[in-house]
Amino acid sequence: MFTEEQIITFKVQRFDPERDQGPYLKEYHVPYTQGLTVLDGLYYIKEKLDGSLAFRASCRMAVCGSCGMFINGKPHLACHTQITELESTVLEIRPLPNYSVIKDLVCDFTPLFAKHKAIKPYIIRREAGEIDNPTREFLQSPAELESYLQFSYCMKCGLCLAACPTAATDRNFLGPQALGQAYRYCADSRDDGLAERVKEIDHAHGVWRCHLAGACSEACPKGVDPALGIQLLKRQVVLRAVGLGKGRKLAAVVPPPSGQAKPRVEAPPFTVPRAKAEIAAGDSRS
Amino acid sequence: MAEGRKRENYLGIKGWVRAGRYGLERYLYFLQRLTGFGLIIYLLIHLYETSFRLRGEVTWEGVMGLFDQPVFAVLEYVVMAAFIFHALNGLRLVIEELGFALGKPRRPVYPYETSLQRQRPFMWAIGVLIIVFLVVSLYDFLV
Repeated sequence: MFTEEQIITFKVQRFDPERDQGPYLKEYHVPYTQGLTVLDGLYYIKEKLDGSLAFRASCRMAVCGSCGMFINGKPHLACHTQITELESTVLEIRPLPNYSVIKDLVCDFTPLFAKHKAIKPYIIRREAGEIDNPTREFLQSPAELESYLQFSYCMKCGLCLAACPTAATDRNFLGPQALGQAYRYCADSRDDGLAERVKEIDHAHGVWRCHLAGACSEACPKGVDPALGIQLLKRQVVLRAVGLGKGRKLAAVVPPPSGQAKPRVEAPPFTVPRAKAEIAAGDSRS
Repeated sequence: MAEGRKRENYLGIKGWVRAGRYGLERYLYFLQRLTGFGLIIYLLIHLYETSFRLRGEVTWEGVMGLFDQPVFAVLEYVVMAAFIFHALNGLRLVIEELGFALGKPRRPVYPYETSLQRQRPFMWAIGVLIIVFLVVSLYDFLV
C-alpha cells in the first residue's frame, strides 16, 4: 500500500479567525517516505507547499505534548503517528475538539491548564515547613511508588479531553487530565491533601461527571490510563465520605543518612579543580 | 489584531452519539444516557396515563382500550429492554466506578494495556446477562 512513489493526501482544516467565516478543508499532496509521521507531513506542507499553515509542535518525539490533533476521527499526537499505522492514503486532520480553535490546528489550552491548577497538583502536607524547607527525606516503598507512578507520566497534551464525550457537552467538567492528576497526588504516600482536594473534585462537574466511557484511556499516548485514576479517586472520595478510609499511613520523614561522612569521590580528570590540584602538585605533563 | 477571537469547537451531543473508532464502552456510555432519558420520559407518560384512573371507570376503560393496540405492546417491550440494559449496565458502572474489576495501576509499557481492556471479561459477562434477560422477557411478551 505504501511505496516511495505513493502520494499521501492531507486534508487539513484551515481557519483564520481574522479572515475566514468558518473552517474549511484544504488538500495537500505529500510524497510518502519510509517512517513518515503526520507531523513530518505537516512540516513538509509548511516548508514546501503553504507557509501559512499553523500548527503547534516542538519535540517530535512524544515528550512535549504539543502536537495533539484530530487525525482521521481520533485524537493523536502527530509526531507519534506513522502514516502506515493509519492504513489510509487520505488523512483528515482537524484541530482537537472540545477546545477553542485559535488558528488552523492550534487550539487554546487555557481551560485545560486552569483545571489542572484547580486540583492542586503538588504534594500537600499538614506540616508545610517540611515541603518548603526540607531538612529530612520521605520514605516511600517501591510498591507505594507503583500505586501512582503510571499517572505521573501525564504531559498535558490534552488528547483525553478531546476524546471525552462528557467534555463535549460540559465545558466546566474538570476532565480526565485534571482528575487523573488529582488521583496521582492523592495516591502518593507522601501526600495528605485529599481533604483539601475533595472540595475541588467532589461535585457535579468533578469526579461524578465521569461515566466511564473510557475514551480518555484509549486516546492517551503515554499509557496514563486516566479512566482508572478517576475511578480509584471516586473510591477514595466515597470511602472518605462514609468514614471507611482505612487510615492510610503517611510516608515517614527521616533524616537523610548524614551521620556518616560523605564518601569522597575523586573528580574526573577533565575538571578544573583536579587540573588545579595537579598543577599545584607540580604535575608537569604539559 | 483581533485579540482573543477564537472559534469554539465543542462536539456537543454529537460527541456522545458518534463514538467513531473508540471501544465499546463509549457506545455503552451513550446507550446508558439514552435509555436513562427514555425511562424518565416513560415514567412521565406512565404517570399521566394512570392519572386517568381518577376520572372514573369509563374514561379509564377508554384509555386502556387505546393502549390495547399491538404497537403499544412493542413499545412496552422497548421500555422493558431499556430497563434491562440500564439496570445491568448501571450495575457494571457502579462496581467499576468504585474501582473494582479495573485492575491495579501499573507501569505503562508499550503497547499499553488500559483498565478498559482489563474490565472487558466482566463487561462481556454483563452483556451476556443482558441478552439472556432480553430473550426471556421477549418470550414473556410473545406468549
